[in-house]
Order: sequence, then C-alpha cells, then structure tokens
Amino acid sequence: MATETSTETSAGQERPAHRRRRGGRLGAFLFATPLRRHLVLAVLAMVAVSVALESTDAFRNGQLAAMAYFGIAAGGLTVLVGLNGQISLGHGAFMAIGAYTAALMLRGENPLPLAVVLVAAAAVALAAGALVGVAAARLHGPYLAGATLALAVAVPGIPLHFSGVLGGEQGLTVRVPAVPDWFADAVFFVTGQDPGRSRYLGYVGWFCLVVTFVLLANLARGRVGRTWRAVRDNEVAAELAGIDLGRARVLAFVVSATCAGLAGGLLALSARIAAPSGFTLSLSLLLLSAIVLGGLGSLPGALVGAALLTFLPQLATTLGQDLGLSDVRAAELAPLAYGLVTMLVVLFAPSGIAGWVRRRRTSPSSSPVPSGRHET
Amino acid sequence: MQQLFTTLLTGLTLGMVYAAFALALVLIWRATRIVNFAQAPMAMLTTYVALVLIEAGYSYWLGFAAALLSGLVLGALVERFVIRYVDPRSEINPVILTLGLFIVLHALAALVFGARYRSFPAPFGLRGFQVGDTTIALTGFGIFTILSVLAVVVLLVLLFRYTDVGLKMRASAFNQEVARLLGVRVGRMLTLGWALAAVVGSLSGLLIAGGGLVHPSFMDGVVVYGFVAAVLGGLDSPVGAVAGGLILGLSLSLVSGYVGSQLVSLAALAILMAVLLVRPGGLFARVRERRV
Repeated sequence: MATETSTETSAGQERPAHRRRRGGRLGAFLFATPLRRHLVLAVLAMVAVSVALESTDAFRNGQLAAMAYFGIAAGGLTVLVGLNGQISLGHGAFMAIGAYTAALMLRGENPLPLAVVLVAAAAVALAAGALVGVAAARLHGPYLAGATLALAVAVPGIPLHFSGVLGGEQGLTVRVPAVPDWFADAVFFVTGQDPGRSRYLGYVGWFCLVVTFVLLANLARGRVGRTWRAVRDNEVAAELAGIDLGRARVLAFVVSATCAGLAGGLLALSARIAAPSGFTLSLSLLLLSAIVLGGLGSLPGALVGAALLTFLPQLATTLGQDLGLSDVRAAELAPLAYGLVTMLVVLFAPSGIAGWVRRRRTSPSSSPVPSGRHET
Repeated sequence: MQQLFTTLLTGLTLGMVYAAFALALVLIWRATRIVNFAQAPMAMLTTYVALVLIEAGYSYWLGFAAALLSGLVLGALVERFVIRYVDPRSEINPVILTLGLFIVLHALAALVFGARYRSFPAPFGLRGFQVGDTTIALTGFGIFTILSVLAVVVLLVLLFRYTDVGLKMRASAFNQEVARLLGVRVGRMLTLGWALAAVVGSLSGLLIAGGGLVHPSFMDGVVVYGFVAAVLGGLDSPVGAVAGGLILGLSLSLVSGYVGSQLVSLAALAILMAVLLVRPGGLFARVRERRV
C-alpha cells in the first residue's frame, strides 16, 4: 500500500529511471526516481489512511492502529529475513524493549512530547539491536534462530525480576497523552468532527508506518539493499566484491530491531499497558509467520501479513463460536491457521503472497526466490 | 553449605531433563541437519496423551508408555509428511517450517485439551529423603528422572554401536548418497531417527511434567534450555548433549538459587552467546573449519 515498488528487484534489473510509467510531464517528474515514487505513494497512502480512519468507528480505529504497529515490526523483520537472509525469532523482545521505554517515559506528571517518546523507544531498541546484532552477525541459520529464540524467552523475565521499576507481572499502565490542539483543530477543519484518542493513535501509528516504509524501501532499493542481498545470496562472492559481511549483517539487524522498538512503543500506546504477557514467544513467532505469508523481503507483503495478524483472529473466533467452540478454544483457530499456512507456504510457495502476485505480473524467470540460498 | 548442596542436587535432576531434550535435538540434527524447534510442542502433546489416560483412571505407567509410543508415531509422521518436503539447501526454510509446526501443535493442543493448567501426577514421592534431621533435595522422582535418562543414553549407545539399524542410521547421517548406493533405505532411516528423537523428547516432557502443572506452553522454556545444552556440547555429539545438559542444569540452578529465578532464561541466553562466540562448535568440538 505504502510502497508498491518491488523491493526484490535486484540490481541488474532495475527499471530505467527515465521510463514514463504514467503519461504526461507531471507523472514523469513524480515517478522519475525511486525516492519520488516512494514519496508520492506515501502521500497517497496517508490520504487513504485518513479516509479509512475517518469512516470507521473507534473499535476499527483501534484495530487499524494495531495493524500499523504489526506492519512496522513485520516490515523491519522482512527486510532482515528476506533481504539479508538472517533470521530473528526475537523481535518480540525488541518490541518489549520499545514498549517499556515508552511506558517509562510517559509516567511522569509532564511527559515529553509523543514524538520524542517514540523516537526514544526506537533508539533504545536500536542500542539493544546493535548489541545483539554484533553477536548475531557471527551466527548462521539454526544457531541464530536458537540464540534469538533464547532472547525472546529471556527478555520478559527482566520486568519480573526488577518488578519495582518495571511493574512485575502486572506491567506498567500507559497514560495516552491528550490529543494535541493543533491536530484536533486540523482534523476538525477537514472533517467537522473532534478526533478521539483511538483515532489519534491510528493517525500516529500509520504516520510512523508510512515514514518507516519509505525509509525501508529506499534503503532496500539503494546501495545498502544491494549489499544485503549480495550477502544473502553468496557470502564469498560478496566478500570478494569488497563488502564487509559483518557490517552489512549488523546494520540489517540494527535497522530491523529499531523498527521493532518503534512498533513496541506504538503497541504500548494502543494497548495502554506494557506487560510481560504481551511479549510472549508466540508474538515473535506470529510476526515471523506474518512475513512468511506475505512473502519474505516484500514490504507490501509485510503489510498483508500485518492485516492478517490483526483481522484474522476476530474472524476465526467468530467462526469457531458458530461451530460451537468455547471462546478460549475458538481463539486458537487463528494461530492454527497461521501455522498451517506458514508451513504450506514454506513447502510449496516460498515467495509468499507477494511473490505470487509478482509472478502474475512478470514473467516467471524474473522473480527471484527471496529466501536465503546458502550452500550448506 | 546446605543450600549449595540442595541447589546442586536440583540442578543435577534438571540437567538430566535438559540432557534428554538436547539429546532429541542432536539425534535429529545428526540425521537431517535440522534443529527441530517443534520438539517442545511435540513433547507437550504426548504429555497430554499421558495425562488424558491417567485422568481416565488408567495407571501412570500405561500413560507413560502411551506417551512414548505416541511420540514415536508423531515423530515418524512429522518426518515423513512434513519435513521430507522442505528444500534442504536453504538455511532458513527448515527453521521456519519447524516454527510453523510449533505454532500449529500449540494451537491444536489448546484447541483439543484446553488452555488451563492441569496437574500431572508423579509415580514416586516428591518429598526429599530424610537423612537424620535434614531433608536432602533428592526426591524419589528425581532419582527416577536421572535413572531413566541414563537408561535412554545407554540404550541409544547400544543401538548406534551394536545393531545393524544403528549402523545404517549412522551411515545415512554420515553421507546420504553413499549410504543409498550401499543399499541403505535412507528415507526410512531418517523417519526412524525422527521417531526415536521424538520418543526421547516425550520422555523429557513426562519428566518435566511429573508432579507439576501441564498447559500448552509448559515446554516453551525447555526448547531454549535444550537448545543451549545441545549447542554447549556441540550439536553433533550425543555425549556432548548430555554433558551440556548437566552443565546447564547446574549453572541455571545456581542462578535460580542465588540470583533470582526470573533471570534463569537470561542466564541461559548469556551462556549460549558466550559459547557461540568463543567456541562455536561447542565445548567438546575438535577444531574444524566452518562451512560457508
């Protein structure tokens, strides 16, 4: 939605920059470079989001906000797994770090502006990501998976141990800051309604998502993205071409963890709480399954995955209740579906939904399989 | 002194369970070069099989046997109908596949057996033995745990060293192509390897559940500890897995006793990172170049 550009297009087959995709001078100007294309799409996406948020009720606004933070986390993860070939089962941990940072910063009487809080959440996750990334860069496949799995299990134990500061099992409640006046005025000017808090959070979440996706898409299309893909596809060749493997890996991990931290901050705002039970192993695994479903390495795919994570549970639970299951059991239908589809996708269509769409648009030979293709 | 002794004894028992779980991971790694992250929910599922039988009024031992048997069947089915079809050249796909299986089995268990905590009986006493006035931390069930894991290790060693099947399994793990040329049915050996591993995993599930509570995610931590133990010993070595399990059990028990029980998994992470960064092949590995 935010970026229609295929992030998978490898260096050799980038579209000619001067090619006119839309008729007319304005079109040619707006779509001339990837950056401009991404920015135009970002503006269009923001308009679409505003329409979606204004035309739905508070409950749907909350769901859209949830989709935004899942989308940001999945976007970061899909860049790491799909483009760089590293796997992380620990992104729930980075989300926890972001969420607790945001919760702690919003505690005082006069909390800092929301933008500062969210940047801080991302920054703390960035630091943690750098720490883990340096270690992770030396690990491969199952070892990396196991190490990040340990991270996902270990981090929720920290607030339990330091329950004085971090609230223990109950977690920290988060006070959502009031809607700023300028924002309320602007929305009122356009729509004639006052935005509620959940609508405000929806705007904040989707604004963050669009900004994140523009940055990620540019990163993926440019020199850094090419480096990441080179490292993924053939380490030896990449090293011979002068790429510092460790640096490329750490950078990818840091970028990915930062996204997860930002997503965690938004999650804390939306859920109004940061508690260990919100960051279980399942969260990390579901994020991974979301990007596998969408298609590894594809940002639009990550958005599709986030939409599935947000909206499928309710559908599946309703379906389960209609079939006569109790609430608790019906709630398990959604993960069951994710898990099954994840397995089927890995076995039969490793490029996911985005890859399937891409294959329908282009000839089969030009769609590379995005999963890691290391020699074993 | 008393506390140290208690902590070490608890660590020994725990270590044996981790060793069993690590052993299951190592068996699969040797056969198929896959770390089976779904081992934990597989063991959880078979533990539920035992629980259902026991709650229906059958004896503990019948449930025990049924759990191990269902582990055998489950492991074979998973290998034959799921793992067989994954692209082995990719490093990431098998990992994602086993994690997908993880999610599926988890949801399935909660769907079928419910998500509430249920207590699981133990066949032997859970109170420490009395020596004079003091109670030592070794329970009847603890001794059973240690002995059963040791028995499994001995049985596996006998199987791999002294039987035809063991030799065939080692051959197919060593080199599938050559083994196939020599007439070994490699596919069957892989299925058998997964089945045996699932039995060992089920045993660790039963041992952890004994005298405790069972719910769909009661094994989630163990998959991490088992993995750390397996990596400590080098993923390739069954003896290393047992040693790694014991080392991990003792050190985690010390952390739990002297630092704080919530930081156990953080300590496991620290140990894992230290081992991977200093000796990536495990504590007992001979130096070998890493494959690119």
